[in-house]
Amino acid sequence: MARIIVVTSGKGGVGKTTTSAAIAMGLAKKGHKTAVIDFDVGLRNLDLIMGCERRVVYDFVNVINQEATLNQALIRDKNCNLLYILPASQTRDKDALSLEGVGRVLDELKKDFKYIVCDSPAGIEKGAHLAMYFADDAFVVTNPEVSSVRDSDRMLGILASKSRRAELSEEPIKEYLLLTRYSPDRVKLGEMLSVDDVQEILSLHLLGVIPESKSVLNASNSGTPVILDEKSDAGQAYADIVARYLGENRPHRFIDDKKGFFRNFFGGK
Amino acid sequence: MSIDSQKKTNMQSALEFKSSTFSVPVLVLSSVDLILIEQQLQEKINLAPEFFRNSPVVLDLQEINKHGYDIDVTALTDIIRKAGLLPIGMRGGNIQQNKQALELLIPVYSIHSGSELAENKKQKKITPAPKQKADSDTSVITTTLITQPIRSGQRIYAEGDLVILAQVSAGSEIMAEGNIHVYNTLRGRAMAGVRGNTEARIFCFDLQAELISIAGNYKVSEDLDETVRNKPVQIYLQEQALIIKDIVQHN
Repeated sequence: MARIIVVTSGKGGVGKTTTSAAIAMGLAKKGHKTAVIDFDVGLRNLDLIMGCERRVVYDFVNVINQEATLNQALIRDKNCNLLYILPASQTRDKDALSLEGVGRVLDELKKDFKYIVCDSPAGIEKGAHLAMYFADDAFVVTNPEVSSVRDSDRMLGILASKSRRAELSEEPIKEYLLLTRYSPDRVKLGEMLSVDDVQEILSLHLLGVIPESKSVLNASNSGTPVILDEKSDAGQAYADIVARYLGENRPHRFIDDKKGFFRNFFGGK
Repeated sequence: MSIDSQKKTNMQSALEFKSSTFSVPVLVLSSVDLILIEQQLQEKINLAPEFFRNSPVVLDLQEINKHGYDIDVTALTDIIRKAGLLPIGMRGGNIQQNKQALELLIPVYSIHSGSELAENKKQKKITPAPKQKADSDTSVITTTLITQPIRSGQRIYAEGDLVILAQVSAGSEIMAEGNIHVYNTLRGRAMAGVRGNTEARIFCFDLQAELISIAGNYKVSEDLDETVRNKPVQIYLQEQALIIKDIVQHN
């Protein structure tokens, strides 16, 4: 049974697209056929992060308007042949998406794919609503600062009340917390909310913490999802997250500062 | 039997009966003067000709029959059809009128099924819960129980008491006509006794609220004393003043 994952946050700039690209790649690398859809119509970025911007012919809106078939619009990733990208349209706006259209495309994808990752736009308007409406699981991407936490909380309320599962009174969407741009040093100095602070406010299952890392920007600029940079801490953190999502039990590695991490690394196991 | 079912499975189903609700204009007649009816109907249609063109309509004869008048359904139908409307039903007719309607292939509806249902629905939509309660003040006061977190931006309204087992986030709003119990952290806005019940109270395990109010008397977070913050407290009204007290009484 295919599962639809929405990567959402409410707030912009917290790392939704980076996360979407990384976990989609991670799931595909684990042998699951995965599609990742850019719902940010008008501000498309996913194709850049995935490094396929030069191969975009048709887009999500074309498929919704039935101007192109799904197979024409899906772009196969150059690094992993189980991963496909459905880019957003850059020349349209979010009104080009319709509930029926999105539902139809997702239904078609579900026949062929194991995981469908929906990269939500920021905000709580139409684009974000449609990205989460059909979801089975939600990855709520949050930065350790108050406004991002507040926006995530708002988004969790919307997931619980305005999704298809909520409207049909089905089992609710499974919600996971992803804390990105985390810096243990700054937490220590009291400049940043800690994991515990965030969890106290959101009371949500923590799927993983992504440390603030230069490798994320480098990966974005070079168009390769950061998870492929196996040497980087962010890449490893995303690999852990994918593994945990798939049911593996992996300890959290990036919550404490680096010294602690190395001590664990050399002394522990 | 077995052959039948086999046939069924082999065939693609060509049709299916489904129940569906429509909103159809009802033409309530209060006169039997056909000329007057025709004239006034035309006037109404002239106001919005596009809206009425080929519009389905149900005829309601209840008013007429209440006064014991009789009307020629055939002639009435002619007038309505001439005006560009399409009669798809009739209700409130007597036996004679119903028979006439059926001869004209116009379905007959019972006056109750349609109107009462519609009325009920209307009431639910227009008047929210509080008014119903005002109508029957003696009726059972309900308690609303919530086990899921109340997230930022959500609003909860309870007619009676409100009991919440999960946290109430900052940026949310919980309201009750009766008491509010939050067996977790209260960070949002909590308003008890919103319809003026000064006896209502707020109880919470951990007070971090943005605003608390009982029967319209409120305090914002800034006005809360540090001694009551992050504690299990109860809040009640005494001579127009909000009293915030530890739930656990130390004597």
